[in-house]
Amino acid sequence: MVNYIIRRLFGGAIMLFAVSIATFLIFFGLPRLAGATPESFAARYVGPRATAEVQAQAAEKLGLNDPLYEQYGRWVKAIFVGADYDYGPAVEHCPAPCFGYSFITKRPVFDDLLDRLPVTASLALGAAVIWLLAGVATGVLSALRRGSLFDRFAMGTALAGVSLPIFFTGTLALSIFSYGRPFDWTARGSSYTPITEDPGMWAYNLILPWITLAFLYAAAYARNTRAGMLETMGEDYIRTARAKGLRERTVVVKHGLRGALTPIITIFGLDLGLLLGGAVLTETTFSLQGIGKFTIEAINKGDFPRIMGVTMLAAFFIVIANLVVDLLYAVVDPRVRLS
Amino acid sequence: MKKKGRVLAASVAAFALALGAAACSGKTDEPSTPAAKDAYNAALTAVFNPSDKKGGTIKLAHSSDWDSTDPGDTYYGYSWNFLRLYGRSLVMFKPGPGSESSQLVPDLAEKLGEPSDGGKTWTYKLRAGLKYEDGTAITSKDVKYAVLRSLDKDVFVNGPTYFNDFLALEDGYKGPYKSKGVDTKAIETPDELTIVFHLKTAFGGFDYFAMLPSTVPVPEAKDDGAKYKTHVVSSGPYMFDTYEAEKSFSLKRNPNWDAATDPNRKALPDRYEVQLGVAATDIDNQLISGDLQIDVAGTGVQSATLGKIQGDQELKARADNPSIARLWYTSINPKVAPLDNIECRKAIMYAADRTGYQAAYNGEEAGGAIATSLMPPQVPGAIKDVVWPAGADNKGDLDKAKAALTACGKADGFEVNMAYRSDRPKEQATAESLQQSLGRVGIKLTLKGYPASDYFALYAGKPGFRNGEAKLGMATNGWGADWNDGFGFLSQIVDSRVIRDSGGSSNISVYIPEVDQMIDNALLETDVKKRDALWGQVDKRVMDEAVILPGVWAKALTIRGKGLTNVFVNEAFGMYDYLALGAAQ
Amino acid sequence: MNTVISPRPSAEATSFLELRDLKIHFPTDDGVVKSVDGLSFSLERGKTLGIVGESGSGKSVSSLGILGIYHQQNAKISGEIWLDGQELVSSSREQVRQLRGKRMAMIFQDPLSAMHPYYTVGAQIVEAYRVHNNVSKKVARKHAIDMLGRVGIPQPDRRVDDHPHQFSGGMRQRAMIAMALSCDPELLIADEPTTALDVTVQAQILDLMRDLQREFNSALIIITHDLGVTAELADDVLVMYGGKCIEYGSAEDIFERPEHPYTWGLLGSMPRLDRPVTDRLLPIKGTPPSLINVPSGCAFHPRCAFADRTGGASRRDVPELLSLDSGKHRVRCHLTAPERRQIWQNEIKPNLEGVA
Repeated sequence: MVNYIIRRLFGGAIMLFAVSIATFLIFFGLPRLAGATPESFAARYVGPRATAEVQAQAAEKLGLNDPLYEQYGRWVKAIFVGADYDYGPAVEHCPAPCFGYSFITKRPVFDDLLDRLPVTASLALGAAVIWLLAGVATGVLSALRRGSLFDRFAMGTALAGVSLPIFFTGTLALSIFSYGRPFDWTARGSSYTPITEDPGMWAYNLILPWITLAFLYAAAYARNTRAGMLETMGEDYIRTARAKGLRERTVVVKHGLRGALTPIITIFGLDLGLLLGGAVLTETTFSLQGIGKFTIEAINKGDFPRIMGVTMLAAFFIVIANLVVDLLYAVVDPRVRLS
Repeated sequence: MKKKGRVLAASVAAFALALGAAACSGKTDEPSTPAAKDAYNAALTAVFNPSDKKGGTIKLAHSSDWDSTDPGDTYYGYSWNFLRLYGRSLVMFKPGPGSESSQLVPDLAEKLGEPSDGGKTWTYKLRAGLKYEDGTAITSKDVKYAVLRSLDKDVFVNGPTYFNDFLALEDGYKGPYKSKGVDTKAIETPDELTIVFHLKTAFGGFDYFAMLPSTVPVPEAKDDGAKYKTHVVSSGPYMFDTYEAEKSFSLKRNPNWDAATDPNRKALPDRYEVQLGVAATDIDNQLISGDLQIDVAGTGVQSATLGKIQGDQELKARADNPSIARLWYTSINPKVAPLDNIECRKAIMYAADRTGYQAAYNGEEAGGAIATSLMPPQVPGAIKDVVWPAGADNKGDLDKAKAALTACGKADGFEVNMAYRSDRPKEQATAESLQQSLGRVGIKLTLKGYPASDYFALYAGKPGFRNGEAKLGMATNGWGADWNDGFGFLSQIVDSRVIRDSGGSSNISVYIPEVDQMIDNALLETDVKKRDALWGQVDKRVMDEAVILPGVWAKALTIRGKGLTNVFVNEAFGMYDYLALGAAQ
Repeated sequence: MNTVISPRPSAEATSFLELRDLKIHFPTDDGVVKSVDGLSFSLERGKTLGIVGESGSGKSVSSLGILGIYHQQNAKISGEIWLDGQELVSSSREQVRQLRGKRMAMIFQDPLSAMHPYYTVGAQIVEAYRVHNNVSKKVARKHAIDMLGRVGIPQPDRRVDDHPHQFSGGMRQRAMIAMALSCDPELLIADEPTTALDVTVQAQILDLMRDLQREFNSALIIITHDLGVTAELADDVLVMYGGKCIEYGSAEDIFERPEHPYTWGLLGSMPRLDRPVTDRLLPIKGTPPSLINVPSGCAFHPRCAFADRTGGASRRDVPELLSLDSGKHRVRCHLTAPERRQIWQNEIKPNLEGVA
């Protein structure tokens, strides 16, 4: 087991390494093929009004004239030993792990990511709890009452949930529940309080984004759970459980749901991992300063160091989520052997 | 003539009534018609809900990040507007409704600049008793340091480059960071309160430079370059209370600000709270509900909200429709046949349907007014002449157009390529509207879309491409000024010397040596009134040449925040004046 | 759940288990599936009944029906099921549930799929025991180990914590049997208990079941399509076809004096352990009938080689299940008894033995 985890972590590290190379090539290599020059990269750093001379100086200072592998090497080196950045009057050390400095804000990328992670984590985890409970419960009920009014209503809602984009449901939810027309129940957009400061406000401010985000996922989970339950409830071991004289609820929950839940756990882990890398639409719609909003702004502004950083963070979460899912799988299903 | 930096969208803007407040007015009388009742455009030319009551908090929000709170590193109009709360420059636009704000008044300085040496040297004297938030005295050396540090475009990438371009800097001087310990004679401080600027060439409108936030004093001891924006040392009535990069910041009262040294600021609210990165539609909703008072950007509501306002009288009574000093226009390129013949260009000027152009920008309220010349009416010196009347209904004068075609020897019309920015739907609509209206007299447009990001660098703005292989006879274009005067508005789009073979210039059709000469003369003129008149002549001369088809003078529809007092649109910025607002009822 | 309760008042049954005209129908979009269509039989404790028939003949559905388990919620049930003096069809679901696993238990065909893959074998036996016995987990676990030992699983105290996939096929079936027997049931239904096992293991399991039945003195129903299994265990045999019983009798009757052409076919297609393996089995032509559109008249007539000897009656009328002179032996066929005996003697039996 420990061996397995170590091996997987090692594999994950190699994966992250590959991701970093690919990302670096996409953002620093490909543009060169398309005609970008060290100066045009530097232009992002020194702004649109810098003279060609200033751009050239900046390109030299930032090492943009060096071959790509050297630039990449510097990027990797900074992660392990840190790097120095020039603020103007003084040079400052960015301690390891240093993921570089933003082109635009000249702030260290890693600090910003750490600063925004709690927002995204709060959003993702809270929503995950809601969607898991709501989605699975709905799916189970739907499966057990297949064809009933409840089933049809729930699956219709789920279809809507899966197909409606967050910026639609989110904007609609905000306008209905947050601005007194007709309700003034939930926090307005851009409200966030750290849980460490005031857990009550934290939850109050996040409840609408949670529900909106959870709606999207709960819908998918309800559909998946329903399909899984329908399949599982037809299994021979359910018949056996009934033949033992177990109560129907025991049959459904202990035997049926347990079997149907395994694939749900897999998707859940991966979904959560992906979300921790940034819930772009939800964060944008509700103006939450999390990883997702950070990402979209970095992309809009062509802030490559931030894009690199956020890609690595997202990849990291996906690697971890994969590992956790596999471990969980082995816990849930004794037939799975980790090797 | 020196090149000034490219102007960003909606930088400095202003408004004027259609009657064209061309004259630089000296009116200083207080607005006499207070309006406490909501009404459409109530804050446009008068003070809405005037009050001198102090207290309260004003909440503002911005849909993206602030370009920078550092006075040496900022270029957006909203930022210059807001910055006056915590920073004082040498001079400033007078905070007041209507055309009052086009007037420059001294701020840190006792009076406006004194030119000497034919406009090459400008001297300012600071008021006595000026202090930073920490109680230390503000000296002319701090202003000098602030201007010099802003020269470093490697560190301060956002700000304008006027001082880089105009100051008589020694060769190799690169600002206090890169030329450590090196002094420059370009700015001199003979005593604690006096500052003298030496220019390379005479410039009559230097007071506009002295208005730039780069002249807001920065204490050298507290300056840490790119990080200074997180803790700007205040010289105004408010100072930073909190600052969370890219998220929010707030201002509280600066105890060391002395109203006696500051005739321009009322400083009514106790606090300003700014939220950054708020979704644009959410800002609109919060403005309507009263959770927010100000959309900082001042560029108007989103299209969804626009419909809401237009369909709701109560809501509309809370809206204003200020003009923005921005012109959307179409360049007519005289380097492409048959447009080298002025008669053929005239045919376009006459045949174009101006109402169609306006419709492409969503009409008067959301888009703007039909433009008849270059400078919008709120820019001092703007002309009232309609050089190319487009018929009584503004839909084009087809008879005159046909006559011009005949005079051009193309009685049946001609074919011409027209460029537009393909990722800007309004410009595409413009091009399609022109295609339709010019088609009425046989002028056939072939539309060519190019990406906005490289529009000037590689396509319409690159002479070799536009005059050569692509033969772009027409091209959509747009321009907004850093501040409301002829230099700010015209020099970049009508001076033929800004055109470079490498591309990138916004001027793609004006090659008139006479205009270049007129610009030089205007630059030298130190008398404001005479100078404004000279700029008006430049405008008229360019119009006569029929190389620019003016389209729309932009406007924005904005919502007046609930519970605000002293609300009015400052024409210098084309948005609510953030300095004058109050929050206490 | 729409359980149609037979309106007919009837006397209490005298046998330990008695089915009277049991019908289990499932309405579907395509029509009514008549899985069980009028099944009657009785069984005493200590006795074994073999129910044989092809897949889809209704044998599994009827046994599940006895336990009150129906695959679909809309099953329509009628008739009577008497278990030791209690009528089950008219009992509440809860009453039936409490009997299930306790007084009547079932052993399923494929123990790999019939046991929950995520729980240990022990946990599944413990669960079965504790539903009906109010004992601590510890006591139940000890009982589970006991049961595993009794069905011949070596080192039961260790294997109890293994998961089903860690058992071999035979061991799994033993565990399955242990689970079914955990509450000491009086009626045990084994649905194809050996089908999924290889031949040597089959014999062991059959031995085990026989031994256990004696030990527990329970009534045993063996459901199988394999006449060999029936021959090993059964006292009586019931042959099902198209949801109906078509022949019933003692094992001796069925194997020595079978009367129904379908039974003849089954015998002909049976590989027998006591005979040398041949390369020529005699399979029954055609396919089992659809339970939605059961053929008119005798359901077997499309496949029956002797249908034309009934003068068209086989296509027209459903034959009655009639007792033969011996009394217990009953058959549902239009051919007359002498005709049947003659065909058996002259045409079928020589052929079967000739094969041997």
